[in-house]
Amino acid sequence: MRFLRQAPPRYWLVLVAIVLFAGLPTVVTSFQTSEWTQVLIFAIVIMGLNILVGYSGQISLGHGALMALGAYTTAILIHRYQISYLATIPIAGLLTGAVGFLLGIPALRLSALYLALATFALAVVTPSLIKRPAELTGGVQGILLVPPDPPQPAQDAFALVTGGPPMTTDQWLYYVTFAIALVMFWLAWNLVRHRPGRAMRAIRDGEVAAAAYGINVSGYKTLAFGISAFYAGIAGSLYGLATGFVSPDTFPLSLSFQLLVGVVIGGLASIPGPLVGGIFTFWLPIMTSQFASSQPWIPSGISSAIIKAGPAVSYGAILILIMIFAPNGVVGLVMQGYARLRERLRGAGDRGTGQMPPEAQTV
Amino acid sequence: MQELLQQVVSGLASGGVFASLALALVLIYNAMGLVNFAQGEMAMFATFIAFALIEGGLSYWIAFPLTLAIAFVGGLLVERIAIRPVERAPILTLVIVTLGLATLTNGLAGFIWGYVPRSFPSPFAIGTVNILGAFTSYQNLGVIAISAVVLLLIYLLLQHTKIGLAMRAAAHHPEASRLLGVRVSWMLALGWGLASAVGAVSGIMVAPVLLLEPTMMQTIIIYAFAAAVLGGIESPLGAVVGGLIVGVTVNLAGAYLVGGDLELAVALAIIVAVLIVKPNGLFGRAAVRRV
Amino acid sequence: MGRNGPLLAALVGIITVAACGGSSGTTTATDVGITANSILLGNTIAQSGLAAAYGTIANAENAYFTYINNTQGGINGRKITFKILDDAYNPANAVTLTKQLVEQDQVFAMFSGLGTQTQTSVRDYLNIKKVPQLFVATGATTFNADFSAHSYTLGWQPPYQGEARIYANDVLANHPNAKIGVLYQNDDYGQDYLKGLTDGLGGKASLIVGKESYDVTAAVPTLAAPLTKLKAKGVDTLFIFATPSFAIGSLAIVSAIGWAPLTYLNSVSNPAAYMKIAASKGAKLDGVISVSYIKDPTDPQWANDEGMKLYKKVIANCTSCKVEDGFNIYGVAVAYTMVDVLTKAGSNMTRKNVMDIAANQLNENNPFLLPGITVKTTSTDHFPIMQEQVIKWGSGAWKLQGSIIDERGTIK
Repeated sequence: MRFLRQAPPRYWLVLVAIVLFAGLPTVVTSFQTSEWTQVLIFAIVIMGLNILVGYSGQISLGHGALMALGAYTTAILIHRYQISYLATIPIAGLLTGAVGFLLGIPALRLSALYLALATFALAVVTPSLIKRPAELTGGVQGILLVPPDPPQPAQDAFALVTGGPPMTTDQWLYYVTFAIALVMFWLAWNLVRHRPGRAMRAIRDGEVAAAAYGINVSGYKTLAFGISAFYAGIAGSLYGLATGFVSPDTFPLSLSFQLLVGVVIGGLASIPGPLVGGIFTFWLPIMTSQFASSQPWIPSGISSAIIKAGPAVSYGAILILIMIFAPNGVVGLVMQGYARLRERLRGAGDRGTGQMPPEAQTV
Repeated sequence: MQELLQQVVSGLASGGVFASLALALVLIYNAMGLVNFAQGEMAMFATFIAFALIEGGLSYWIAFPLTLAIAFVGGLLVERIAIRPVERAPILTLVIVTLGLATLTNGLAGFIWGYVPRSFPSPFAIGTVNILGAFTSYQNLGVIAISAVVLLLIYLLLQHTKIGLAMRAAAHHPEASRLLGVRVSWMLALGWGLASAVGAVSGIMVAPVLLLEPTMMQTIIIYAFAAAVLGGIESPLGAVVGGLIVGVTVNLAGAYLVGGDLELAVALAIIVAVLIVKPNGLFGRAAVRRV
Repeated sequence: MGRNGPLLAALVGIITVAACGGSSGTTTATDVGITANSILLGNTIAQSGLAAAYGTIANAENAYFTYINNTQGGINGRKITFKILDDAYNPANAVTLTKQLVEQDQVFAMFSGLGTQTQTSVRDYLNIKKVPQLFVATGATTFNADFSAHSYTLGWQPPYQGEARIYANDVLANHPNAKIGVLYQNDDYGQDYLKGLTDGLGGKASLIVGKESYDVTAAVPTLAAPLTKLKAKGVDTLFIFATPSFAIGSLAIVSAIGWAPLTYLNSVSNPAAYMKIAASKGAKLDGVISVSYIKDPTDPQWANDEGMKLYKKVIANCTSCKVEDGFNIYGVAVAYTMVDVLTKAGSNMTRKNVMDIAANQLNENNPFLLPGITVKTTSTDHFPIMQEQVIKWGSGAWKLQGSIIDERGTIK
């Protein structure tokens, strides 16, 4: 009982979230499941980006390019070398991670702004770089991936639970993604709780001081790049599998931008933040283009204006507003709100002992 | 030889386009130590406003300065509304705000004026000029000439006026400047207004060369970044020189080295190479980090 | 009655059977997306981002559907609902949105999806699910040529390779000693054109002395580099396979560098509105050759044409559509074919039947296409439009040259 009372509510939330996500495909349609697969994929890459931006303080506007690398690795291995799709996922992750680590080396010499600039330029040229080695990448034709059938044991288990139609590919890929997401989140959580995370935060908050304390600044910064690239590679690989097609236009600049936005909106330097970021990244364009017109209580003039203006205007406006009013993202807002709530409930200060209430948890 | 000369001359022409936008980037950097990712979109938007004014019946020579004034006020307003609340926030927040601004402005332009490419009038005569056997148009020469004039004006402003001095002081040493009575916040707004006006000049100058459409500046901005970085992000002279060099390099590399489809990658290579080898560019001053 | 009873019953039986299930004209059937009074069609197209200029095509198509709904009460009493979603030209979005339209919104068919990469990404999915992918808005030859592997997919407009072959024939006939240079966009679009040109020249492909590509992310002024290179190689016949902004820029640059080759321009970029912009930038356009299959709204020769009048009436249903935009008359024309197919299906509104009619039984005179062009498919030919006419620019307008060229059967 003591454990239950003392365990921070966060752990309960995590458990509830896991159960909800695990059970999702049993209650929604196969198509809706595939949508949530993409949410989880974005959550994975945003988690990696979070390690780079939130914990080690380096800006990257080029993670779409890293996702492309992961996706194409998977596609080429499957298409050309007939390697099993599940095996290609870790390969894609490790390859992209290595490339990211190498990218981190010149990145050391760039200040925050210039790093943003350089990665921005990288994201812009990515499609044309993909088109060049057309023999390998399929050039502008892209590479089509045949959707994998769910393995029999999985189909049987699923049928047992739902008593319904057999498991579709979309549902199987959801569970693959979900399992990988759990592992990636657990890895990240451990990383930030232990030395690497503390070192990175020290670097983020004051590089010179960190160096003075003997922290290997360049080592950790390049490590952060490598790790975040590893996440992007895994996510990219899953992205290719889930959509069944990779092509240069699948990874435009806007993808990199959306990922960075996702990190910040979710909440930098937080573990649940990337999940919120993933939800936001996937659903906002759909909401802005479809939601408005489907709700009868929104006058048609306004809804058609929203659609015409496109997600761009809403995106930009919402972004600016969030940066101004909630720079710590959604998770930051929630934490603040929760902290204030606790203060209210307990009363500020314990009159008997004069103790102030404990501060809100920050990761 | 003839071909090489032509490539160089054409490269100078494109370079003029890059230089004109790079000047706006340099102005913002001088005002607040930040590169404005939305500069190209704001320039495009201002050009559309000029287009609307001309379509509405105003003559080019009235619409031009009127647009500059509108752009100036617009830049000021944008700074007050979107940037001021996050003035002291970390760079990441500012980067995202300017990127959000870019997205918003682009979407707004598309919403108001649609995506069909349009023609924009040019103040220069139509015709080609023969320079030692290489050809270029009056329009291209005009872009370079106007950029040089703007450069001169900016240089005079920043180096030889009190306001320019106050602006630079506010950007580099905000606390000390406040103590000395400089209204730092308003210097920032001024910087944005000026940069927006310079961007408008750039847009109006290059729209006849490109084509007026919402996507007009989206790739130009990368080349403009390369130009500003190469020249030294603080230096207006660097922006123009950098622009011309980038234009020629990209043309030559595209023609003889990597092929036309990787020209943008050349710009990326320039940016990365400069930032690693000589981050201050050709004309920038070395910054000393105080610990 | 007793002895003739069974005979009579048999006669009645035969007559009943003949009346109910015999010929296709009397089959009554529906399918997903069809209700008693509506037909639901789906579409993904770029309405934001770099390719947003194409977005107006879907709006123009919707304008035609609205016209049909208003003037005829729909097709056989069923009004058309057209659901348009923005994929921003990104194949990943196209996949998600197409799945949504098929599995969630339950559309009857996908119509006029735009973009080669985007439509390729959903082609297998739609064919496996047997959802018609009708009249895709791209000239990429694969959508017509690969019918045997994808029998639920059909193109509409003349394939890019077919158009390029017409140019090749023109060169071989009229300029057999040409030194050819090609500037092409480095994507499926430009590469498809180039292949058609090379194939069409056949043994004379060596006439091509220079091929330069550029990326869609290029800044227009930098096109001077590849064009200068081609000029230096002595090219006297230039092919421009580029989308409008780049085509206009190229035409202007060609004149700006003091060059005057015979120029062939691809049809997507030839609307007179764009030519006029190029001219205003100093491009010398007289003698530029292209092909056309559709009427240009800004061409005065169609001012009193019945088809053009209909177009202008229809396009008024779309408030954001510009009348003079060539993309819009394209949209109305392809929507006309769609309505034609649905009308022919009569009461047999199944996906299979509609697909069958579109792929094998089309034979249509479309009022928005050049006179003499037929939209036609048979069981051995699944290229709906394979006729175009050469046009040449002069005195500020396009002039039709010669007669309609038929390219049927040239592409396998």
